[in-house]
Amino acid sequence: MLQTPAIPEIIQLIPLKNYLILSTALFVIGIIGVLTRRNAIVIFMSIELMLNAANLLLIAFSSYKSDPAGQVFVFFIMAVAAAEVAVGLAIIVMIYRNTRTTDIGFLNKLKW
Amino acid sequence: MYPIVLLSVLGIVLLFLGFLKSKNILLPATLLFLALALGSNFIDWNQGPLLYFYGMFSVTNLTLAFNAIVLVSAFMIAAMTRGFQDDEEAQPAEYFAIMTFSLVGAFMMIGYEHLIMLFVGVEILSVAMYILTGSEKRNTLSNEASLKYFLMGSFATGIMIFGIALLYGATGTFTLTGIRGFVSAGPAAQSYIMYGGLLLLLIGMLFKVSAAPFHFWTPDVYDGAPSIFTTFMSTIVKTAGFAAIFRLMAHSFSGIYDFWWVTLAAITVLTLFVGNIVAVYQNSFKRMMAYSSISHAGYLLIALTALTEQTERSILFYSMAYSVATISAFGVLMLIAKEKSLDGRPNESYDAFNGLAKQNPLLAFVLTVSMLSLAGIPLTAGFWGKFFVFSSAADRGLMWMLVVAVLMSAVGIYYYFRVVIASYMKEGNTAKIRVAPFYQIVLVAATVITILFGLAPGFFEQLL
Repeated sequence: MLQTPAIPEIIQLIPLKNYLILSTALFVIGIIGVLTRRNAIVIFMSIELMLNAANLLLIAFSSYKSDPAGQVFVFFIMAVAAAEVAVGLAIIVMIYRNTRTTDIGFLNKLKW
Repeated sequence: MYPIVLLSVLGIVLLFLGFLKSKNILLPATLLFLALALGSNFIDWNQGPLLYFYGMFSVTNLTLAFNAIVLVSAFMIAAMTRGFQDDEEAQPAEYFAIMTFSLVGAFMMIGYEHLIMLFVGVEILSVAMYILTGSEKRNTLSNEASLKYFLMGSFATGIMIFGIALLYGATGTFTLTGIRGFVSAGPAAQSYIMYGGLLLLLIGMLFKVSAAPFHFWTPDVYDGAPSIFTTFMSTIVKTAGFAAIFRLMAHSFSGIYDFWWVTLAAITVLTLFVGNIVAVYQNSFKRMMAYSSISHAGYLLIALTALTEQTERSILFYSMAYSVATISAFGVLMLIAKEKSLDGRPNESYDAFNGLAKQNPLLAFVLTVSMLSLAGIPLTAGFWGKFFVFSSAADRGLMWMLVVAVLMSAVGIYYYFRVVIASYMKEGNTAKIRVAPFYQIVLVAATVITILFGLAPGFFEQLL
Protein backbone atom coordinates (compact mmCIF):
# COMPACT_ATOMS: atom_id res chain seq x y z
CA MET A 1 0.00 0.00 0.00
CA LEU A 2 1.38 3.37 -1.00
CA GLN A 3 1.85 5.92 1.71
CA THR A 4 -0.59 8.72 0.94
CA PRO A 5 1.05 12.16 1.21
CA ALA A 6 -0.26 14.45 3.92
CA ILE A 7 -2.95 16.94 2.92
CA PRO A 8 -1.54 20.50 2.88
CA GLU A 9 -2.65 22.81 5.70
CA ILE A 10 -4.05 25.36 3.29
CA ILE A 11 -6.56 22.88 1.88
CA GLN A 12 -7.69 21.76 5.31
CA LEU A 13 -8.68 25.32 6.22
CA ILE A 14 -12.03 24.71 4.58
CA PRO A 15 -13.64 21.47 5.73
CA LEU A 16 -14.69 18.94 3.08
CA LYS A 17 -18.26 19.21 4.24
CA ASN A 18 -18.48 22.80 2.93
CA TYR A 19 -17.48 21.68 -0.56
CA LEU A 20 -20.08 18.95 -0.39
CA ILE A 21 -22.78 21.45 0.58
CA LEU A 22 -21.71 23.96 -2.08
CA SER A 23 -21.64 21.47 -4.92
CA THR A 24 -24.92 19.89 -3.85
CA ALA A 25 -26.49 23.35 -3.82
CA LEU A 26 -25.14 24.05 -7.32
CA PHE A 27 -26.44 20.69 -8.50
CA VAL A 28 -29.91 21.34 -7.12
CA ILE A 29 -29.97 24.82 -8.67
CA GLY A 30 -29.10 23.16 -11.98
CA ILE A 31 -31.94 20.64 -11.62
CA ILE A 32 -34.43 23.36 -10.74
CA GLY A 33 -33.26 25.35 -13.75
CA VAL A 34 -33.78 22.39 -16.08
CA LEU A 35 -37.25 21.76 -14.71
CA THR A 36 -38.56 25.33 -14.65
CA ARG A 37 -36.97 27.38 -17.47
CA ARG A 38 -38.62 27.53 -20.91
CA ASN A 39 -35.70 28.53 -23.09
CA ALA A 40 -33.62 25.70 -24.56
CA ILE A 41 -30.37 27.61 -24.12
CA VAL A 42 -31.05 28.40 -20.46
CA ILE A 43 -31.93 24.74 -19.82
CA PHE A 44 -28.68 23.85 -21.47
CA MET A 45 -26.78 26.26 -19.20
CA SER A 46 -28.42 24.66 -16.17
CA ILE A 47 -27.23 21.25 -17.36
CA GLU A 48 -23.70 22.63 -17.61
CA LEU A 49 -24.08 23.89 -14.04
CA MET A 50 -24.94 20.36 -12.95
CA LEU A 51 -21.83 19.00 -14.65
CA ASN A 52 -19.67 21.66 -13.04
CA ALA A 53 -21.13 20.91 -9.61
CA ALA A 54 -19.96 17.34 -10.12
CA ASN A 55 -16.54 18.60 -11.26
CA LEU A 56 -16.16 20.70 -8.12
CA LEU A 57 -17.10 17.75 -5.95
CA LEU A 58 -14.62 15.47 -7.72
CA ILE A 59 -11.80 17.98 -7.29
CA ALA A 60 -12.59 18.51 -3.60
CA PHE A 61 -12.63 14.77 -2.90
CA SER A 62 -9.51 14.34 -4.98
CA SER A 63 -7.55 16.93 -2.95
CA TYR A 64 -8.71 15.57 0.39
CA LYS A 65 -7.77 12.04 -0.60
CA SER A 66 -4.48 13.12 -2.24
CA ASP A 67 -5.49 10.98 -5.19
CA PRO A 68 -5.12 12.37 -8.73
CA ALA A 69 -7.72 10.04 -10.26
CA GLY A 70 -10.56 12.43 -9.47
CA GLN A 71 -8.86 15.31 -11.23
CA VAL A 72 -8.22 13.17 -14.31
CA PHE A 73 -11.92 12.37 -14.38
CA VAL A 74 -12.65 16.09 -14.39
CA PHE A 75 -10.58 16.51 -17.56
CA PHE A 76 -12.65 13.82 -19.22
CA ILE A 77 -15.89 15.48 -18.13
CA MET A 78 -14.71 18.84 -19.48
CA ALA A 79 -13.71 17.35 -22.83
CA VAL A 80 -16.96 15.44 -23.20
CA ALA A 81 -19.01 18.45 -22.10
CA ALA A 82 -17.34 20.50 -24.85
CA ALA A 83 -18.35 17.85 -27.40
CA GLU A 84 -21.88 17.94 -26.04
CA VAL A 85 -21.98 21.73 -26.32
CA ALA A 86 -20.97 21.48 -29.98
CA VAL A 87 -23.76 19.02 -30.78
CA GLY A 88 -26.32 20.72 -28.54
CA LEU A 89 -25.84 24.19 -29.96
CA ALA A 90 -25.95 22.75 -33.48
CA ILE A 91 -29.32 21.17 -32.68
CA ILE A 92 -30.63 24.43 -31.20
CA VAL A 93 -29.44 26.41 -34.26
CA MET A 94 -31.11 23.88 -36.56
CA ILE A 95 -34.38 24.32 -34.68
CA TYR A 96 -34.04 28.09 -34.66
CA ARG A 97 -33.70 28.05 -38.46
CA ASN A 98 -36.94 26.11 -38.83
CA THR A 99 -39.07 27.76 -36.16
CA ARG A 100 -37.42 31.12 -35.39
CA THR A 101 -37.58 30.43 -31.65
CA THR A 102 -35.63 28.59 -28.95
CA ASP A 103 -38.56 28.34 -26.56
CA ILE A 104 -39.34 24.74 -25.68
CA GLY A 105 -43.06 25.52 -25.82
CA PHE A 106 -43.00 24.56 -29.49
CA LEU A 107 -42.03 21.00 -28.57
CA ASN A 108 -45.64 19.87 -28.62
CA LYS A 109 -46.09 18.01 -31.88
CA LEU A 110 -45.09 14.67 -30.41
CA LYS A 111 -47.24 13.55 -27.54
CA TRP A 112 -48.89 10.40 -26.24
CA MET B 1 -10.55 -4.54 -27.44
CA TYR B 2 -9.81 -5.20 -31.15
CA PRO B 3 -13.21 -4.03 -32.44
CA ILE B 4 -12.80 -0.76 -30.49
CA VAL B 5 -9.49 0.05 -32.19
CA LEU B 6 -10.63 -1.21 -35.58
CA LEU B 7 -13.93 0.66 -35.67
CA SER B 8 -12.36 3.92 -34.41
CA VAL B 9 -9.95 3.85 -37.35
CA LEU B 10 -12.41 2.55 -39.93
CA GLY B 11 -14.96 5.21 -38.98
CA ILE B 12 -12.44 7.86 -40.01
CA VAL B 13 -11.79 5.92 -43.23
CA LEU B 14 -15.55 6.03 -43.92
CA LEU B 15 -15.54 9.81 -43.53
CA PHE B 16 -12.78 10.04 -46.13
CA LEU B 17 -14.67 7.70 -48.48
CA GLY B 18 -17.43 10.30 -48.35
CA PHE B 19 -15.21 12.60 -50.46
CA LEU B 20 -15.57 10.25 -53.44
CA LYS B 21 -18.02 11.22 -56.18
CA SER B 22 -19.82 7.90 -56.08
CA LYS B 23 -21.79 7.20 -52.93
CA ASN B 24 -22.30 3.56 -53.89
CA ILE B 25 -19.14 2.34 -52.20
CA LEU B 26 -20.19 3.48 -48.72
CA LEU B 27 -22.69 0.75 -47.92
CA PRO B 28 -20.47 -2.19 -48.98
CA ALA B 29 -17.52 -0.58 -47.16
CA THR B 30 -19.52 -0.19 -43.94
CA LEU B 31 -20.74 -3.78 -44.12
CA LEU B 32 -17.20 -4.99 -44.76
CA PHE B 33 -15.86 -3.00 -41.81
CA LEU B 34 -18.56 -4.31 -39.48
CA ALA B 35 -17.83 -7.87 -40.61
CA LEU B 36 -14.10 -7.28 -39.98
CA ALA B 37 -14.89 -5.97 -36.51
CA LEU B 38 -17.05 -9.02 -35.82
CA GLY B 39 -14.16 -11.27 -36.85
CA SER B 40 -11.65 -9.37 -34.74
CA ASN B 41 -14.03 -9.54 -31.78
CA PHE B 42 -13.41 -13.27 -31.54
CA ILE B 43 -9.60 -13.05 -31.36
CA ASP B 44 -9.93 -12.91 -27.57
CA TRP B 45 -12.47 -15.75 -27.44
CA ASN B 46 -11.71 -18.31 -24.70
CA GLN B 47 -8.60 -16.39 -23.64
CA GLY B 48 -10.09 -16.06 -20.16
CA PRO B 49 -10.71 -12.76 -18.43
CA LEU B 50 -8.32 -10.19 -19.92
CA LEU B 51 -7.67 -6.59 -18.94
CA TYR B 52 -6.80 -3.92 -21.50
CA PHE B 53 -6.04 -0.17 -21.46
CA TYR B 54 -4.19 -0.23 -18.12
CA GLY B 55 -6.83 -2.34 -16.44
CA MET B 56 -9.70 -0.05 -17.42
CA PHE B 57 -11.41 -2.45 -19.79
CA SER B 58 -12.10 -6.13 -19.33
CA VAL B 59 -12.86 -8.87 -21.81
CA THR B 60 -14.62 -12.13 -21.04
CA ASN B 61 -16.56 -14.52 -23.24
CA LEU B 62 -19.83 -12.96 -22.13
CA THR B 63 -18.77 -9.40 -22.98
CA LEU B 64 -17.61 -10.70 -26.37
CA ALA B 65 -21.03 -12.26 -26.86
CA PHE B 66 -22.69 -8.91 -26.05
CA ASN B 67 -20.32 -7.23 -28.54
CA ALA B 68 -21.31 -9.79 -31.15
CA ILE B 69 -25.03 -9.06 -30.64
CA VAL B 70 -24.38 -5.34 -31.02
CA LEU B 71 -22.28 -5.88 -34.15
CA VAL B 72 -24.75 -8.25 -35.80
CA SER B 73 -27.62 -5.84 -35.09
CA ALA B 74 -25.58 -2.96 -36.52
CA PHE B 75 -24.78 -5.05 -39.59
CA MET B 76 -28.46 -5.79 -40.21
CA ILE B 77 -29.47 -2.16 -39.66
CA ALA B 78 -26.72 -0.89 -41.96
CA ALA B 79 -27.87 -3.34 -44.62
CA MET B 80 -31.43 -2.02 -44.31
CA THR B 81 -30.38 1.59 -44.93
CA ARG B 82 -29.83 0.81 -48.63
CA GLY B 83 -27.08 3.41 -48.46
CA PHE B 84 -29.62 6.24 -47.86
CA GLN B 85 -30.02 6.41 -51.66
CA ASP B 86 -33.71 7.39 -51.52
CA ASP B 87 -33.07 10.58 -49.61
CA GLU B 88 -31.66 13.52 -51.54
CA GLU B 89 -30.53 15.45 -48.48
CA ALA B 90 -28.95 12.52 -46.66
CA GLN B 91 -25.24 12.50 -45.87
CA PRO B 92 -24.50 8.76 -46.04
CA ALA B 93 -20.79 8.98 -45.20
CA GLU B 94 -21.43 10.93 -42.01
CA TYR B 95 -24.33 8.71 -40.96
CA PHE B 96 -22.33 5.53 -41.41
CA ALA B 97 -19.28 7.02 -39.67
CA ILE B 98 -21.38 8.15 -36.68
CA MET B 99 -23.02 4.73 -36.47
CA THR B 100 -19.56 3.13 -36.48
CA PHE B 101 -18.24 5.47 -33.79
CA SER B 102 -21.30 4.94 -31.62
CA LEU B 103 -20.59 1.21 -31.63
CA VAL B 104 -17.24 1.97 -30.00
CA GLY B 105 -19.18 3.63 -27.17
CA ALA B 106 -21.40 0.55 -26.90
CA PHE B 107 -18.36 -1.74 -26.55
CA MET B 108 -16.92 0.50 -23.85
CA MET B 109 -20.20 0.32 -21.92
CA ILE B 110 -20.26 -3.45 -22.22
CA GLY B 111 -16.76 -4.11 -20.93
CA TYR B 112 -15.84 -1.20 -18.67
CA GLU B 113 -13.80 -1.83 -15.55
CA HIS B 114 -13.31 1.82 -14.59
CA LEU B 115 -16.04 4.44 -14.25
CA ILE B 116 -14.23 6.83 -16.65
CA MET B 117 -14.69 4.16 -19.31
CA LEU B 118 -18.39 3.90 -18.48
CA PHE B 119 -18.87 7.66 -18.66
CA VAL B 120 -16.99 8.09 -21.94
CA GLY B 121 -18.79 5.09 -23.46
CA VAL B 122 -22.23 6.38 -22.48
CA GLU B 123 -21.39 9.79 -23.89
CA ILE B 124 -20.01 8.48 -27.19
CA LEU B 125 -23.16 6.46 -27.72
CA SER B 126 -25.55 9.22 -26.63
CA VAL B 127 -23.98 12.12 -28.51
CA ALA B 128 -23.96 10.02 -31.68
CA MET B 129 -27.64 9.27 -31.13
CA TYR B 130 -28.55 12.95 -30.65
CA ILE B 131 -27.07 13.69 -34.06
CA LEU B 132 -28.71 10.76 -35.82
CA THR B 133 -32.11 11.55 -34.27
CA GLY B 134 -31.97 15.04 -35.74
CA SER B 135 -30.59 13.95 -39.09
CA GLU B 136 -33.70 15.05 -41.02
CA LYS B 137 -32.90 18.72 -40.78
CA ARG B 138 -36.04 20.09 -42.43
CA ASN B 139 -38.45 17.78 -40.61
CA THR B 140 -39.75 19.55 -37.50
CA LEU B 141 -40.71 16.25 -35.85
CA SER B 142 -37.15 15.02 -36.17
CA ASN B 143 -35.89 18.37 -34.82
CA GLU B 144 -38.19 18.20 -31.85
CA ALA B 145 -37.21 14.61 -31.08
CA SER B 146 -33.55 15.49 -31.30
CA LEU B 147 -33.81 18.47 -28.92
CA LYS B 148 -35.88 16.48 -26.43
CA TYR B 149 -33.42 13.61 -26.54
CA PHE B 150 -30.48 15.96 -26.18
CA LEU B 151 -31.87 17.89 -23.20
CA MET B 152 -33.12 14.79 -21.38
CA GLY B 153 -30.00 12.80 -22.22
CA SER B 154 -27.55 15.41 -20.95
CA PHE B 155 -29.73 15.95 -17.87
CA ALA B 156 -29.36 12.23 -17.17
CA THR B 157 -25.62 12.50 -17.77
CA GLY B 158 -25.39 15.28 -15.19
CA ILE B 159 -27.17 13.14 -12.62
CA MET B 160 -24.95 10.19 -13.45
CA ILE B 161 -21.74 12.23 -13.08
CA PHE B 162 -22.83 13.58 -9.72
CA GLY B 163 -23.51 10.02 -8.60
CA ILE B 164 -20.05 8.93 -9.72
CA ALA B 165 -18.51 11.89 -7.85
CA LEU B 166 -20.32 10.92 -4.64
CA LEU B 167 -19.29 7.29 -5.06
CA TYR B 168 -15.70 8.39 -5.51
CA GLY B 169 -15.93 10.49 -2.36
CA ALA B 170 -17.23 7.54 -0.37
CA THR B 171 -15.02 4.77 -1.73
CA GLY B 172 -11.94 6.66 -2.97
CA THR B 173 -11.75 4.65 -6.18
CA PHE B 174 -13.27 4.48 -9.65
CA THR B 175 -12.57 0.83 -10.43
CA LEU B 176 -15.32 -1.77 -10.14
CA THR B 177 -13.06 -4.12 -8.18
CA GLY B 178 -12.06 -1.32 -5.82
CA ILE B 179 -15.70 -0.44 -5.13
CA ARG B 180 -16.49 -4.12 -4.67
CA GLY B 181 -13.70 -4.37 -2.09
CA PHE B 182 -15.07 -1.33 -0.29
CA VAL B 183 -18.62 -2.66 -0.30
CA SER B 184 -17.63 -6.10 0.93
CA ALA B 185 -15.57 -4.55 3.76
CA GLY B 186 -18.82 -4.32 5.70
CA PRO B 187 -21.39 -1.75 6.70
CA ALA B 188 -19.07 0.11 9.07
CA ALA B 189 -17.26 1.92 6.26
CA GLN B 190 -20.38 2.63 4.21
CA SER B 191 -21.98 6.02 4.41
CA TYR B 192 -25.06 7.77 3.10
CA ILE B 193 -22.80 9.40 0.52
CA MET B 194 -22.20 6.02 -1.06
CA TYR B 195 -25.88 5.09 -1.07
CA GLY B 196 -26.77 8.48 -2.56
CA GLY B 197 -24.07 8.08 -5.21
CA LEU B 198 -25.29 4.63 -6.14
CA LEU B 199 -28.88 5.82 -6.48
CA LEU B 200 -27.95 8.83 -8.64
CA LEU B 201 -25.71 6.70 -10.87
CA LEU B 202 -28.48 4.13 -11.21
CA ILE B 203 -31.03 6.82 -12.09
CA GLY B 204 -28.72 8.17 -14.79
CA MET B 205 -28.28 4.71 -16.30
CA LEU B 206 -31.99 3.85 -16.09
CA PHE B 207 -32.71 7.07 -17.96
CA LYS B 208 -30.62 5.80 -20.86
CA VAL B 209 -32.43 2.46 -21.06
CA SER B 210 -35.82 4.21 -20.63
CA ALA B 211 -37.16 2.55 -17.50
CA ALA B 212 -40.22 4.21 -15.94
CA PRO B 213 -40.46 6.78 -14.34
CA PHE B 214 -37.51 8.00 -16.45
CA HIS B 215 -39.11 6.93 -19.73
CA PHE B 216 -41.05 10.04 -20.77
CA TRP B 217 -38.63 11.02 -23.53
CA THR B 218 -38.68 7.58 -25.18
CA PRO B 219 -41.96 7.60 -27.15
CA ASP B 220 -41.40 11.10 -28.50
CA VAL B 221 -37.83 10.46 -29.51
CA TYR B 222 -38.53 7.06 -31.06
CA ASP B 223 -41.51 8.49 -32.90
CA GLY B 224 -39.78 11.59 -34.25
CA ALA B 225 -36.48 10.03 -35.28
CA PRO B 226 -36.11 8.53 -38.76
CA SER B 227 -37.20 4.86 -38.50
CA ILE B 228 -33.79 3.48 -39.33
CA PHE B 229 -32.22 5.30 -36.39
CA THR B 230 -35.12 4.36 -34.14
CA THR B 231 -34.19 0.76 -34.86
CA PHE B 232 -30.60 1.53 -33.98
CA MET B 233 -31.60 3.20 -30.70
CA SER B 234 -34.06 0.59 -29.58
CA THR B 235 -31.69 -2.34 -30.14
CA ILE B 236 -28.09 -1.27 -29.65
CA VAL B 237 -28.50 1.38 -26.96
CA LYS B 238 -30.74 -0.92 -24.96
CA THR B 239 -28.41 -3.92 -25.18
CA ALA B 240 -25.35 -1.90 -24.21
CA GLY B 241 -27.20 -0.06 -21.45
CA PHE B 242 -28.39 -3.23 -19.79
CA ALA B 243 -24.97 -4.83 -20.07
CA ALA B 244 -23.56 -1.74 -18.32
CA ILE B 245 -26.14 -1.68 -15.50
CA PHE B 246 -25.71 -5.40 -14.98
CA ARG B 247 -21.95 -5.02 -14.73
CA LEU B 248 -22.24 -2.28 -12.15
CA MET B 249 -24.74 -4.08 -9.94
CA ALA B 250 -23.29 -7.57 -10.21
CA HIS B 251 -19.59 -6.74 -10.00
CA SER B 252 -19.59 -3.89 -7.52
CA PHE B 253 -22.78 -3.80 -5.52
CA SER B 254 -23.90 -7.42 -5.15
CA GLY B 255 -22.72 -7.11 -1.52
CA ILE B 256 -25.49 -4.64 -0.66
CA TYR B 257 -28.26 -6.39 -2.60
CA ASP B 258 -30.62 -5.88 0.32
CA PHE B 259 -30.26 -2.12 -0.07
CA TRP B 260 -31.06 -1.69 -3.76
CA TRP B 261 -33.32 -4.55 -4.74
CA VAL B 262 -36.49 -2.89 -3.39
CA THR B 263 -35.83 0.28 -5.43
CA LEU B 264 -35.14 -1.71 -8.55
CA ALA B 265 -38.18 -3.93 -7.98
CA ALA B 266 -40.45 -0.88 -7.70
CA ILE B 267 -38.98 0.58 -10.92
CA THR B 268 -39.41 -2.79 -12.65
CA VAL B 269 -43.09 -3.10 -11.80
CA LEU B 270 -43.76 0.53 -12.75
CA THR B 271 -41.94 0.05 -16.07
CA LEU B 272 -43.97 -3.06 -16.87
CA PHE B 273 -47.23 -1.28 -16.13
CA VAL B 274 -46.45 1.93 -18.01
CA GLY B 275 -44.95 0.22 -21.05
CA ASN B 276 -47.70 -2.32 -21.58
CA ILE B 277 -50.80 -0.36 -20.58
CA VAL B 278 -49.99 2.79 -22.55
CA ALA B 279 -48.96 0.75 -25.61
CA VAL B 280 -52.55 -0.51 -25.86
CA TYR B 281 -53.84 3.02 -26.55
CA GLN B 282 -51.49 3.84 -29.42
CA ASN B 283 -52.67 4.25 -32.99
CA SER B 284 -49.26 4.47 -34.55
CA PHE B 285 -47.28 1.27 -34.96
CA LYS B 286 -44.00 3.11 -34.48
CA ARG B 287 -45.16 4.66 -31.21
CA MET B 288 -46.42 1.28 -30.06
CA MET B 289 -42.92 -0.11 -30.71
CA ALA B 290 -41.52 2.69 -28.50
CA TYR B 291 -43.77 1.66 -25.62
CA SER B 292 -42.97 -1.96 -26.37
CA SER B 293 -39.30 -1.11 -25.93
CA ILE B 294 -40.14 0.36 -22.51
CA SER B 295 -41.98 -2.81 -21.55
CA HIS B 296 -39.06 -4.95 -22.69
CA ALA B 297 -36.80 -2.82 -20.53
CA GLY B 298 -39.12 -3.89 -17.71
CA TYR B 299 -38.65 -7.60 -18.48
CA LEU B 300 -34.89 -7.15 -18.61
CA LEU B 301 -35.04 -5.34 -15.26
CA ILE B 302 -36.71 -8.42 -13.75
CA ALA B 303 -33.59 -10.42 -14.48
CA LEU B 304 -31.49 -7.62 -13.02
CA THR B 305 -33.56 -7.39 -9.85
CA ALA B 306 -33.33 -11.14 -9.33
CA LEU B 307 -29.53 -11.14 -9.90
CA THR B 308 -28.81 -14.86 -9.85
CA GLU B 309 -25.94 -16.70 -11.52
CA GLN B 310 -28.03 -17.00 -14.67
CA THR B 311 -28.79 -13.29 -14.96
CA GLU B 312 -26.08 -12.33 -17.42
CA ARG B 313 -26.97 -15.21 -19.73
CA SER B 314 -30.66 -14.43 -19.58
CA ILE B 315 -30.03 -10.74 -20.31
CA LEU B 316 -27.83 -11.81 -23.22
CA PHE B 317 -30.43 -14.17 -24.66
CA TYR B 318 -33.27 -11.72 -24.10
CA SER B 319 -31.48 -8.82 -25.79
CA MET B 320 -30.58 -11.06 -28.72
CA ALA B 321 -34.19 -12.18 -29.18
CA TYR B 322 -35.51 -8.66 -28.69
CA SER B 323 -33.00 -7.04 -31.07
CA VAL B 324 -33.61 -9.48 -33.90
CA ALA B 325 -37.40 -9.24 -33.62
CA THR B 326 -37.32 -5.43 -33.41
CA ILE B 327 -35.06 -5.15 -36.44
CA SER B 328 -37.35 -7.26 -38.60
CA ALA B 329 -40.47 -5.43 -37.35
CA PHE B 330 -38.99 -2.04 -38.18
CA GLY B 331 -37.70 -3.43 -41.48
CA VAL B 332 -41.25 -4.27 -42.55
CA LEU B 333 -42.57 -0.98 -41.13
CA MET B 334 -40.10 1.09 -43.16
CA LEU B 335 -41.13 -0.61 -46.42
CA ILE B 336 -44.83 -0.18 -45.78
CA ALA B 337 -44.62 3.35 -44.38
CA LYS B 338 -42.83 4.41 -47.56
CA GLU B 339 -45.26 2.60 -49.84
CA LYS B 340 -48.32 4.11 -48.14
CA SER B 341 -46.90 7.57 -47.54
CA LEU B 342 -49.37 10.42 -47.00
CA ASP B 343 -48.44 13.93 -48.18
CA GLY B 344 -44.86 12.83 -48.65
CA ARG B 345 -44.57 11.66 -45.05
CA PRO B 346 -44.27 7.97 -44.14
CA ASN B 347 -47.54 6.54 -42.82
CA GLU B 348 -46.76 4.63 -39.65
CA SER B 349 -50.27 3.96 -38.32
CA TYR B 350 -51.81 0.50 -37.90
CA ASP B 351 -54.10 1.17 -40.86
CA ALA B 352 -51.14 1.12 -43.23
CA PHE B 353 -50.85 -2.62 -42.59
CA ASN B 354 -54.44 -3.43 -43.65
CA GLY B 355 -54.57 -6.27 -46.16
CA LEU B 356 -50.81 -6.64 -46.32
CA ALA B 357 -50.82 -10.42 -46.58
CA LYS B 358 -52.68 -10.66 -49.92
CA GLN B 359 -49.94 -9.34 -52.15
CA ASN B 360 -46.94 -9.57 -49.81
CA PRO B 361 -47.09 -12.92 -48.02
CA LEU B 362 -43.39 -12.86 -47.14
CA LEU B 363 -43.53 -9.45 -45.44
CA ALA B 364 -46.65 -10.46 -43.52
CA PHE B 365 -44.96 -13.66 -42.38
CA VAL B 366 -41.79 -11.84 -41.24
CA LEU B 367 -43.94 -9.34 -39.35
CA THR B 368 -46.00 -12.10 -37.73
CA VAL B 369 -42.95 -14.02 -36.53
CA SER B 370 -41.38 -10.90 -35.05
CA MET B 371 -44.63 -9.94 -33.28
CA LEU B 372 -44.96 -13.51 -31.91
CA SER B 373 -41.41 -13.28 -30.64
CA LEU B 374 -41.96 -9.89 -28.99
CA ALA B 375 -45.17 -11.17 -27.39
CA GLY B 376 -43.34 -14.27 -26.14
CA ILE B 377 -45.32 -17.03 -27.87
CA PRO B 378 -43.64 -20.48 -27.79
CA LEU B 379 -41.46 -21.68 -30.67
CA THR B 380 -39.90 -18.22 -31.01
CA ALA B 381 -36.75 -16.86 -29.40
CA GLY B 382 -38.78 -14.30 -27.45
CA PHE B 383 -40.56 -17.07 -25.54
CA TRP B 384 -37.29 -18.53 -24.26
CA GLY B 385 -36.00 -15.05 -23.45
CA LYS B 386 -39.01 -14.48 -21.21
CA PHE B 387 -38.72 -18.03 -19.86
CA PHE B 388 -35.12 -17.52 -18.72
CA VAL B 389 -35.90 -14.12 -17.23
CA PHE B 390 -38.95 -15.42 -15.36
CA SER B 391 -37.15 -18.50 -14.10
CA SER B 392 -34.34 -16.37 -12.64
CA ALA B 393 -37.00 -14.35 -10.79
CA ALA B 394 -38.54 -17.60 -9.57
CA ASP B 395 -35.14 -18.75 -8.28
CA ARG B 396 -35.00 -15.59 -6.18
CA GLY B 397 -38.53 -16.19 -4.92
CA LEU B 398 -39.98 -12.99 -6.41
CA MET B 399 -43.35 -14.60 -7.07
CA TRP B 400 -45.43 -11.42 -6.87
CA MET B 401 -43.25 -9.86 -9.52
CA LEU B 402 -43.71 -12.91 -11.74
CA VAL B 403 -47.48 -12.58 -11.46
CA VAL B 404 -47.29 -8.94 -12.57
CA ALA B 405 -44.94 -9.81 -15.43
CA VAL B 406 -47.10 -12.64 -16.74
CA LEU B 407 -50.24 -10.49 -16.59
CA MET B 408 -48.46 -7.71 -18.43
CA SER B 409 -47.19 -10.02 -21.15
CA ALA B 410 -50.80 -11.11 -21.63
CA VAL B 411 -51.65 -7.44 -22.20
CA GLY B 412 -48.75 -7.35 -24.66
CA ILE B 413 -50.38 -10.03 -26.82
CA TYR B 414 -53.28 -7.66 -27.52
CA TYR B 415 -51.27 -4.85 -29.02
CA TYR B 416 -48.76 -7.03 -30.82
CA PHE B 417 -51.55 -9.00 -32.48
CA ARG B 418 -53.41 -5.92 -33.65
CA VAL B 419 -50.97 -5.45 -36.49
CA VAL B 420 -51.02 -9.16 -37.37
CA ILE B 421 -54.82 -9.07 -37.50
CA ALA B 422 -54.66 -5.91 -39.62
CA SER B 423 -52.37 -7.53 -42.14
CA TYR B 424 -54.27 -10.85 -42.45
CA MET B 425 -57.93 -10.14 -41.69
CA LYS B 426 -58.66 -6.48 -42.47
CA GLU B 427 -59.72 -5.31 -45.92
CA GLY B 428 -57.28 -3.13 -47.74
CA ASN B 429 -55.22 -3.07 -50.86
CA THR B 430 -51.49 -2.96 -50.68
CA ALA B 431 -49.77 -3.28 -54.01
CA LYS B 432 -46.90 -5.72 -54.27
CA ILE B 433 -43.92 -4.05 -52.62
CA ARG B 434 -40.63 -4.58 -54.37
CA VAL B 435 -38.00 -5.53 -51.83
CA ALA B 436 -34.32 -5.19 -52.65
CA PRO B 437 -32.58 -8.59 -52.54
CA PHE B 438 -30.22 -7.62 -49.73
CA TYR B 439 -33.06 -6.22 -47.65
CA GLN B 440 -34.97 -9.43 -48.17
CA ILE B 441 -31.98 -11.50 -47.02
CA VAL B 442 -31.79 -9.47 -43.79
CA LEU B 443 -35.50 -9.90 -43.08
CA VAL B 444 -35.39 -13.63 -43.77
CA ALA B 445 -32.21 -14.06 -41.71
CA ALA B 446 -33.81 -12.28 -38.74
CA THR B 447 -36.87 -14.52 -39.01
CA VAL B 448 -34.73 -17.66 -39.28
CA ILE B 449 -32.71 -16.66 -36.21
CA THR B 450 -35.91 -16.04 -34.23
CA ILE B 451 -37.37 -19.43 -35.14
CA LEU B 452 -34.06 -21.29 -34.80
CA PHE B 453 -33.44 -20.09 -31.26
CA GLY B 454 -37.11 -20.65 -30.51
CA LEU B 455 -36.81 -24.31 -31.48
CA ALA B 456 -33.40 -24.93 -29.92
CA PRO B 457 -32.49 -22.43 -27.19
CA GLY B 458 -29.87 -24.87 -25.86
CA PHE B 459 -27.90 -24.22 -29.04
CA PHE B 460 -27.22 -20.72 -27.75
CA GLU B 461 -25.89 -22.02 -24.45
CA GLN B 462 -23.48 -24.29 -26.29
CA LEU B 463 -22.10 -21.38 -28.29
CA LEU B 464 -20.88 -19.69 -25.13
